Amino acid sequence: MSILEVTNLTKTFGGLIANQDVSMNVEKGSITAVIGPNGAGKTTFFNMITGVYQPTSGDIKLEGKSVVGIKADEVSKRGISRTFQNIRLFGEMSVIENVLVGMHTQLKTNLLGIFLNFPGTKKEELEAEEEAYRLLKHFDLAHLLNEKANNLSYGAQRKLEIARALATKPKLILLDEPAAGMNPKETKELTEIIKRMGEEFDVSVLLIEHDMKLVMEISEHIIVLDHGEKIAEGNPEEIRTNPKVIEAYLGSSAVHAPTTTQPV
Amino acid sequence: MVMKEKWSLFSQNKWAQVLLFTLFVFVTSAALYFSQKSVIAFLLLLSSLLILHYLKLKKITKWVVAAGLLFILIPFASSGGPAFQSYMDVATMVGIYVSMALGLNIVVGMAGLLDLGFVAFFAVGAYSYSIFATPQASNFMPFGTFPLGGESFWMFLIIGGFVAAIAGVLIGIPVLRVKGDYLAIVTLGFGEIIRILFNNADRPVNITGGAMGIASVTPPKIFGMELIFPNQFYFVTLVILLFTLFAVIRLEQSKLGRSWKAVRENEIAAQAMGIPIVKTKLMAFALGASFSGMMGVVFAAKQAFIDPTSFTLMESFTILVMVVLGGMGSVPGVILGAAVVTILNLQVLTELTNWINQLNFNGVISIPEALSPAKMQKFIFGAILVSFALYRPKGLIPAKNKVFDEKKLKDAIKKKSQISTD
Repeated sequence: MSILEVTNLTKTFGGLIANQDVSMNVEKGSITAVIGPNGAGKTTFFNMITGVYQPTSGDIKLEGKSVVGIKADEVSKRGISRTFQNIRLFGEMSVIENVLVGMHTQLKTNLLGIFLNFPGTKKEELEAEEEAYRLLKHFDLAHLLNEKANNLSYGAQRKLEIARALATKPKLILLDEPAAGMNPKETKELTEIIKRMGEEFDVSVLLIEHDMKLVMEISEHIIVLDHGEKIAEGNPEEIRTNPKVIEAYLGSSAVHAPTTTQPV
Repeated sequence: MVMKEKWSLFSQNKWAQVLLFTLFVFVTSAALYFSQKSVIAFLLLLSSLLILHYLKLKKITKWVVAAGLLFILIPFASSGGPAFQSYMDVATMVGIYVSMALGLNIVVGMAGLLDLGFVAFFAVGAYSYSIFATPQASNFMPFGTFPLGGESFWMFLIIGGFVAAIAGVLIGIPVLRVKGDYLAIVTLGFGEIIRILFNNADRPVNITGGAMGIASVTPPKIFGMELIFPNQFYFVTLVILLFTLFAVIRLEQSKLGRSWKAVRENEIAAQAMGIPIVKTKLMAFALGASFSGMMGVVFAAKQAFIDPTSFTLMESFTILVMVVLGGMGSVPGVILGAAVVTILNLQVLTELTNWINQLNFNGVISIPEALSPAKMQKFIFGAILVSFALYRPKGLIPAKNKVFDEKKLKDAIKKKSQISTD
């Protein structure tokens, strides 16, 4: 069963076509990767799924219900969460507060509850704090809970972004280049985290990544975008040998050359 | 080196601090009580609240001591001399400005929306009471007898806050489409629009009294007693201020406070976390405005006369300066900032001017006309602001995040996992 169905998605900015007729599915509980050269329209694609941009045409369905035409905060409430290519943490807030913001929609208290501090509000808040702490522990960030997010190392910031995204209890999580800027050790750690994420948090994963080792290792399904169009789709082995993909990454001469080097 | 050791020893020792603090409070309040007029003693006594903030005591103890100082000791100690009412007047104004600055702090400090027209909400609160507590309202109200009695004041505290909140939402809806510098300019415009509206709403129907303002506002009444003197308003202001403070602290540590800060830090990420941006911003505008509106009602009742000149752009700037000087987003900082700016404007600089004038008059020193103290007042204030911007850019007391107790969280999780495995 697929959790996300994208059909004929097109986005144009004036005359520029960022995405054209992209269709894809994400199977429930799977890890799917979107790859492609720089400027292929991957992030635009993510922005449409999360409601930051509205598609020019086409449809996006989460569990059979369209999420086109609703705002980003509403999309998040429906169960799609994300991280960002250029880290967007709440820098001046503490690490645990960042995760608590992720739990925003799960806290049901209203203004009256806030002012009068009802026992229910208090309990809810405490439980959220514990839950946030548990999440931080899972990502090995628990000892930094009172640190400002800005003061964290790059790798830790990336992990915190994932923790924050998971705090919204999503059905589908979109990771935009989660390993960018990480050292090999951190990347390895992250690979393990993403691999286990589906089971531990009951979430399907869709990710953009340039680190091909990571992509090939964890993805069950890969979609390749180039110039806004889907040029290939399949499991890692199929993608690795697909001439169109090799062409997109290395140019046509790489495909027709007598001795083909393995590009990916 | 020795000094440093001694200091660190002292900062650890709770009882030494308490002893010294008590002594300080005792000496300053005695000095204030027995002297005829001593601004210095009054200011030192007020500063004991700041010292209290830094003492190593439990939060609840600090609150009780602060309440004791504010409700009992400060009014009592200043009642000794003939300057009693003027002290109380300054203290009341400090209370009014602190409350307003706390309101603006929600908008500017927490939600990160630069609002340069904040005084408009103060004006809305002030006018909403003044119009109905004078015969002014009978000009346009077809029923009811005006002025309303002094008892209505208490109801108007809520109405004033509510009307200001509505004004906040109404202004917010168009204004919040723009961001950053543009937001500042548009709010500035709306602030002026509201003032000019009050300035001109005397024709064709006389609602606000126009540039003439509204005079002889009915004084508030409680248990049959009319409140006229500053020392009576002092207590009214204090109660409302404590309510505001309580509300602001609760808000700051709630889900709403966090979402304001999240919007300030990164709007796109906040929205991706499920925070509705416009609603959250409007909430900040409305709540911030309501505290200001409430104090507007108190201000109108205290002055018994209001006109549009009390609500100029300069006032908006002053409140903003209080927030920035104190520390954006920091509740204790903003309180200190508002107190410092108000006291500086109302008392210290005025006293300084008077003193130099007197020296000039007695021929001790002669100051040329161009450097007359009256002109120097703004200059000194400006110089202080510049030096603060240079040396303490994050404010007098910079904002701090809530510190979570790691051990407590760890234990709670451990306990729960034990229960589930049992």
